[in-house]
Amino acid sequence: MGTRNPVTWLGSPAFPEAARTALADTQLRRNLRNATTTIRGRRRDAVGELPDWEQLRRAGEAIKDDVLHHLDRYLEQLEEAVTARGGVVHWARDAAEANEIVLRLCGDAREVVKVKSMATQEIGLNEALAEAGVHAVETDLAELIVQLGDDRPSHILVPAIHRNRSEIREIFRAAGLDPASDEPRVLAEAARAHLRRKFLSCEVAISGANFAVAGTGSVVVLESEGNGRMCLTLPRKLITVMGLEKVVPTWQDLEVFLQLLPRSSTAERMNPYTSVWTGVTPGDGPEEFHLVLLDNGRTATLADPVGRQALRCIRCSACLNVCPVYERTGGQSYGSVYPGPIGAILTPQLVDDPHDKQAASLPYASSLCGACFEVCPVRIDIPSVLTHLRAQAVEAKGRSAESVAMAAAAWVFASASRYEKAQKLGSLARLFARDGRISWLPGPGAAWTSSRDAPVPAREPFREWWRKNRG
Amino acid sequence: MASARAEILGRVRDALRDKPTAPPVPRDYVRSGEASVELLAERVAHYRATVHVVAEPDVVPLLGELLAGKRIVVPDGLAWDVPGMTALRDPLTVAELDAADGALTGCAVAIAQTGTIVLDGGPGQGRRALTLLPDHHVCVVRADQIAGTVPEALERLDPLRPLTFVSGPSATSDIELDRVEGVHGPRRLEVLIIR
Amino acid sequence: MKKVALFATCLTDTLFPATARATVRLLERLGCTVDFPLDQTCCGQVHFNTGYRAHAVDLAERFASVFAGQDAVVVPSGSCAGMVRHVQPDLGTVPPPTYELSEFLVDVLGVTDVGAYFPHRVTFHPTCHSLRMLGAGDKPLALLREVRGLELVELPQAEQCCGFGGTFAVKNADTSTAMLADKMRCVLDTGAEVLTAGDNSCLMHIGGGLSRLRTGVRPVHLAEILASTEEEPWAPETR
Repeated sequence: MGTRNPVTWLGSPAFPEAARTALADTQLRRNLRNATTTIRGRRRDAVGELPDWEQLRRAGEAIKDDVLHHLDRYLEQLEEAVTARGGVVHWARDAAEANEIVLRLCGDAREVVKVKSMATQEIGLNEALAEAGVHAVETDLAELIVQLGDDRPSHILVPAIHRNRSEIREIFRAAGLDPASDEPRVLAEAARAHLRRKFLSCEVAISGANFAVAGTGSVVVLESEGNGRMCLTLPRKLITVMGLEKVVPTWQDLEVFLQLLPRSSTAERMNPYTSVWTGVTPGDGPEEFHLVLLDNGRTATLADPVGRQALRCIRCSACLNVCPVYERTGGQSYGSVYPGPIGAILTPQLVDDPHDKQAASLPYASSLCGACFEVCPVRIDIPSVLTHLRAQAVEAKGRSAESVAMAAAAWVFASASRYEKAQKLGSLARLFARDGRISWLPGPGAAWTSSRDAPVPAREPFREWWRKNRG
Repeated sequence: MASARAEILGRVRDALRDKPTAPPVPRDYVRSGEASVELLAERVAHYRATVHVVAEPDVVPLLGELLAGKRIVVPDGLAWDVPGMTALRDPLTVAELDAADGALTGCAVAIAQTGTIVLDGGPGQGRRALTLLPDHHVCVVRADQIAGTVPEALERLDPLRPLTFVSGPSATSDIELDRVEGVHGPRRLEVLIIR
Repeated sequence: MKKVALFATCLTDTLFPATARATVRLLERLGCTVDFPLDQTCCGQVHFNTGYRAHAVDLAERFASVFAGQDAVVVPSGSCAGMVRHVQPDLGTVPPPTYELSEFLVDVLGVTDVGAYFPHRVTFHPTCHSLRMLGAGDKPLALLREVRGLELVELPQAEQCCGFGGTFAVKNADTSTAMLADKMRCVLDTGAEVLTAGDNSCLMHIGGGLSRLRTGVRPVHLAEILASTEEEPWAPETR
C-alpha cells in the first residue's frame, strides 16, 4: 500500500491554474452555462412540488448521520445479510486492493460491461483492468462519450456535460459510430446500436451502488437509460463496488432517498429505472454476486468530526449545478472525479495528505456563497467544511507571506489605537488615485486591480466623524 | 497482516472515538397521498409513456387491438389471455427476447405521485430480462395496486424480491442535460390502468 | 426609544464612512439612540474564511467584550452580521443580539417605509450572506419599494454570487473576475443608474469592476438610500 490515491488525477495543476485554462475556453463556458441553467430551473420546480422537502432533507441528514455514527455495526449487518442471500462480500482498504479483487473476479473475461459508478472511477478501475488486458466497456451514454473521446469526466451525474451535441457527434464519428446527425435522439440511438451486442454477450458486469440496506442486504442502483438494468440482469456474474458510506439501515429509509435523489439530480419526480436486488435470485439475473466494500480514505474522512459530514453525500450533483465557480471553470479544473463544491471538500479528505498542493488548493475554490448548502438534499454544510479544511491547510503550510500578513492584521485589529494608526497609514493609498480611482496597486493588491478599481480611502474614517459629531 | 475486513472495521471504530451522537430520525414528512387512477395516469403520461385508462371488461379487447399480429413475451401467471398475438413464453434466450416485438406484464405496485410502476418478479411479471430486451413494454395496473406516495409503495414491497421501478420509457439527459426518451431499455412504455 | 450599538465594520469605517454616517442618521430619524463603541475594530471574518482560526477566535472574543451588554448591535453588512451571529458562537464566544440593518428595520423596528426619498433608477444585488446565511430574504426589497421617487428594476440572476468572497478574489482572481463579468453584464442590462446592496464588500467588488469599465453605474449602499430624504438628499462623497 502507500501508493497515491487515484481520486485525483496525476499531474493536475492546482485549482487556480487549471481554472485559468478552462476559463479561456469560451465553448466550454457556453456549454456549461447552458446545461447548468437548464437543470437549475428544473430542479427548483421538481423540489418546489413537494411541500415536505425540508422535512425530507432533515430526515436524509439524520439517517446518514446515524449510518456514519454506527458504521461498523451497519457494515457487519450488511455483510451478513448479503452473504445469507448468496452474495459474496469483499473488503478493500484502498484503490489498489479493490482493483486487485475485481480483476481476480473477472477471471478469464477479456471484456466486461460497466454501469456508471463514481467508486470505480475514483479507484481508476478501468485503467487497472486495461493494464491486465481486460477491457471495461462504459455503457452509460455520458461515460461512453468520455471513454471514446479519451477524455476525463467533468460532472458527477453527466460526466460529458462539458461537451455539446456537435462535439459528441465528432467523438462518435472518430470512434466509428457514425451518427446521422447531432440530434440527441440520433446520438442516443447510435450508442444503443453500438452497445446492444455487448450487453447480450458479456459474461461479467461491474456496477456501483447508490444504496445498500443493512437490514436486508438489498442493493439499489438508480439510472435512466436501461444500461444499468442490462448490466445488472444479463451477465452471469455481477461485481458491485461500493463506498463504505453507501449503507442505509433499513428498507424504510429508502423512502426518503428515493424522493431526495431523483429530484436533486436529474430534476425528475423519479428516474426512469431503479433496480433493487438482494444477493442472488435463482432464475432471475446473475448467478454470482460480489459486493466490494471500499474504504480508500473514507475512514480517514470519518475521523474528522467536522469533515465527516461529506460522507453523507448521495452523489446527486445539485451542488455542482448551482455553483458559480463550477459553472465557469467546469469539473476538470478540480483534477478529480469529484468536482464542484462536494469535490472541494471530499477530495482533499480522501487524499488525506496535507502536503498535496493540488488537493490543498480545492477548499479555496469557492467564494463561500452558500448556494451548495441550500440545495444539498442531505444538508451538508459545505461552506463550513470548506473553512474547516482551509484552517487545516493553513496549519500544514506553516509560516508563509500570507500567514505573516494575517498575523499582522490580527495584531492591528487587536488594539483600537493600532487600528486607527493603520487607517491613517492606509490612506497613503490615496497616492495611487487618479480621477478618484485606483487602477493599480503593488504586491498582492495587483490581483485585485487586474480587473477592478480599488476604492480610494476616505478623507476621514467614520470614527473621526463620530468623535467630532457625536463623541 | 490483519485482514482487510478487520482493519477497516478497526479504522471505523478508531474514527468514531469521539462517540458522535445524532438526534433520532425525524419522520415528519408526508407519508400518504392521493392514490387515484387520474393522478397516476397524468404522471405516467408526463414521461411520454402512452396511458390508457380502461374499464375491466375492455382490457382484453384493447390489448388485442394493441398487440394483434405481434410476437409478445408473456410471463407465467398473467391474468389476461389476449387473442390475436403470438405469445412467447420462457424458456427464451436473450436473442429470442431481443427479437420479440414487445412484452406484456402486470405489476406489483404503482406510485401515483411519481408515475412509477414497480415489478417484483411475481405472477404475471416474470424475470427481469423479459421486460428489458423487447423494445415495447405494455404494463397493466389495477386500481388497487396504486399507492399514493413513495413511502406507501415501499411498505407494500418485499425488498428480498428483485425489484424494478419503471418511470417512463428509458431516457437520457446526458447530452446538454436535455431529456431524450429511448436508449437501451424499452423505447416505448404503454400503461393500461384499470379503473 | 430603542438603544442600539452600531458595528460599522472595519471596511466601512475605513473606506466607506458615508454608509456608517447614513446608518446613524437613519436610525436616529427612526427614534433610536445610537452608540458607537470606539474600541471596535473587526469581526474576524477574513481571518476565519481564509483559515486563520486562532486569530478569528481572538477577534471574536474582542468583539464580544467590546459589545458586551448591548441589547442590539446593528451592522450595515450581511456578511459581518453573519460572521457574528452564525460563526462566532462556534468559536466559543457569546455575541450580543446582532442584526443586519434591513433585518433590524423590518423585524425589530417593524418598519418598511422609513420616509426615504431617492429619485433614481436602482437595481438591487441581494448578497450571498444576507440571502443564505441570515435568510434576510426580500426585506431589503420591501424597504426599497417604499422609497419615494425610486424606480426599482429587477436584477437578472440576482442570487448569483458576484465573485468577491474575500481572499477568493485574490487567490482565484481569474474565476472571481469571470463571475464579476457576468454580474456586471446583468447590472448593465437593467439600465440602472445605481446598484445597491446591503454589504460594502460586494459593492466594492462590483463597483470596482463597473468603475474600471467606466460604465457610470454607481454603487450605493442600502443605508445611504434609506437615509436620503427630500430635505437632505443623498450626494456622492468626494474622495
